[in-house]
Amino acid sequence: MGFDEDPGSVTRRRFIAVGALAGAAVAAGCVSHGGGSESLSPEEAKTLAVLCDQIIPGDDYPSASQAGVVNYIDLQLARHYRPHLPIYRTGLAEAERLSIGHFGIALAAGSPKQQLTTARALEEQSPLFFDLLREHTMEGYYGSPRHGGNRDAVSWHMLGLTEPPVLGRAQYRSAEKPSS
Amino acid sequence: MKRVNAVIVGAGAGGGIVAKELAAAGLSVVLLERGRWYTASDCRKDDLRNQRTTVLGNAFGPEDEGNPRVWVSAQGTAESVLPSDGRWQNNAACVGGGTLSYGAMAWRFLPQDFRMRSTYGVLPGSSLEDWPISYDDLEPFYEKAEYEIGVSGDYSGTPFHGPRHRPLPMPPLPPNREFEILEPAARRLGLHPFHLPMLRNSVPYNGRGPCLRCRWCVGFACEVDAKNGTQNTVIPAALATGNCELRTRCMAREILTDSRGRARGVSYFDEQGRLQEQPADIVVVSACAIESARLLLHSRSRLFPQGLGNRYDQVGRNLQGHHYTGAVGFFDQETYDDLGPGASVGVSDYNHGTPGLCGGGLLANEFIRLPIHMIDRLPPGTPSWGLAHKHAMRQYHRRSIVVMGPTQQIPTAEARVVLDPVVKDKWGMPVARIQGNVHPHTFEVGAVQARRAEAWLQEAGAVHASLMAGHPDVVEAGQHQAGTCRMGNDPRSSVVNRNCQLHDVDNVFVIDGSVHVTNGGFNPVLTIMAVAYFASDALVRNWRGTGFRS
Repeated sequence: MGFDEDPGSVTRRRFIAVGALAGAAVAAGCVSHGGGSESLSPEEAKTLAVLCDQIIPGDDYPSASQAGVVNYIDLQLARHYRPHLPIYRTGLAEAERLSIGHFGIALAAGSPKQQLTTARALEEQSPLFFDLLREHTMEGYYGSPRHGGNRDAVSWHMLGLTEPPVLGRAQYRSAEKPSS
Repeated sequence: MKRVNAVIVGAGAGGGIVAKELAAAGLSVVLLERGRWYTASDCRKDDLRNQRTTVLGNAFGPEDEGNPRVWVSAQGTAESVLPSDGRWQNNAACVGGGTLSYGAMAWRFLPQDFRMRSTYGVLPGSSLEDWPISYDDLEPFYEKAEYEIGVSGDYSGTPFHGPRHRPLPMPPLPPNREFEILEPAARRLGLHPFHLPMLRNSVPYNGRGPCLRCRWCVGFACEVDAKNGTQNTVIPAALATGNCELRTRCMAREILTDSRGRARGVSYFDEQGRLQEQPADIVVVSACAIESARLLLHSRSRLFPQGLGNRYDQVGRNLQGHHYTGAVGFFDQETYDDLGPGASVGVSDYNHGTPGLCGGGLLANEFIRLPIHMIDRLPPGTPSWGLAHKHAMRQYHRRSIVVMGPTQQIPTAEARVVLDPVVKDKWGMPVARIQGNVHPHTFEVGAVQARRAEAWLQEAGAVHASLMAGHPDVVEAGQHQAGTCRMGNDPRSSVVNRNCQLHDVDNVFVIDGSVHVTNGGFNPVLTIMAVAYFASDALVRNWRGTGFRS
């Protein structure tokens, strides 16, 4: 997003300004997909990316973080989901604690298997946060690209939906016109 | 402020029609609306922020800020909730009300729906009652709504409807794939499937074009203005008479009464938050069931210490909506063709007549889905996250059908709206507090309806079907909210008479879903519209100039 200040130390006032700028950026179509610049620190964003990618892993189609989900969550935590920011802070820290506790390394440094184990442990231990994270990840992946996730409508293409939509087709598919 | 003949609170399904009917009859009208006037370009196609999926807020009002309500759980715990929270029970707050963004099913209730008590007797603990008007009384006004607002569809497949004098003005849209799968299956089951009636142009009508069949339908303002609501039909017509002034962003505070106990106008907060008074000969309350009750309860005075029309503690009671149940079926072949509005085929065979059940409801296929709607609608046993979930999304998004319907709720006096003693909105007024539940028999009927939906899907070839039937603890009113100002002949057990006139004050009317005695097993909007035409007709016939008395 190109903000040079340390995002970890933003004041509340700065917060609001960043939220407004982010909105303008989205409207202008220049959305950052790196994440971690609006509400979360780079370290938190890294943890979030790993967790999101357990919820929607990559296969033939991108993973959650590849599709911009971290960006979506980060933006919303500065806007509509601002009340959820504390539970994110706690939950992400908890995930790191679990990873260190189990494997002695940061979540992002773990093997895929270790990351999945940590995600499962987190679901067990912090179900409220994990449910929220799951919901927001799904929103970012399957929702409208305008909010910073679902980059290039990739999930819609995955589901076989045209984007931009083709309208007017099949309008007159039926030969039979029922009488009213 | 200049005195007018009528001030109407709320520019939704009911208020919009009343404004047009009164203005066309020559009365001077002020139409107050708390929300904004949106247009087709406000569609936005936002899957996460519309009137149905509100994870990022409501698209068509009210905004979360400053508009709480209080929701009381079955255990009696009160919680302050915001409009984008389902428990707030939102419809919409804008010109057109719910009709701007609704799915637009255009049902006439069945003749039995107006005589529930005569048909089924009184269930102990319920407030089941007959309407003081019949289907036949409303029939000409249903027809007027179908033609003036604009309905497409085709009833020829079903015998389960009341007598009609004219067919619908527009044919149905061509069938989508779900129709082609479900319609023959229903016939094989001996049911009578038919094309759903919709307040949506299937052909050019009323100067606007037909539906383009896009995905952003229910919950959105129609991008091509092919969805018919009061905001693009009767409200412009009311304004065109020159007799009606629409004031948006105006929040009614109180119905003002004089020393003789008659209404003299309405006080409201304008867009700048200034308190204004609009004097009027008559006051029409059309603010939707929850807010209409709240306005009456908040209009207290020496003569009406419990609120206007509330002499017998009836205002706010019998709150109802619909209890939705059904099933989702999973198929081997593709069932989804991405054509809006999606909902296309229904059966009314189950609305009445099952021994042991009080009422029932319509069953129909669900409106077109957005991808986000599928995340919790996958086959049982699907992990809720991970690669298996992603694969299931891919597998079933285009290979599933939801059949469901609005089970008619059995009303109770305890499901109600009162004023909260503590919580206030941004204007400093006590907010609506929603509490109580409908009669538990409702959930027995809903469970049977869900199994019927499952059977229909199985007949249609679903390899698996899962039931969708809950047992909510608190009344589900929501977009179909109704019943808080019951229509009746007895002032001790109802709020308004058959002409929607308060028993207590003859120049105050409630004209919206509030007056519904029972809410049918169908989406209620066409009935709200028909009642608005019916009540407007009586009002105009009884109009004797500025000293209105009837």
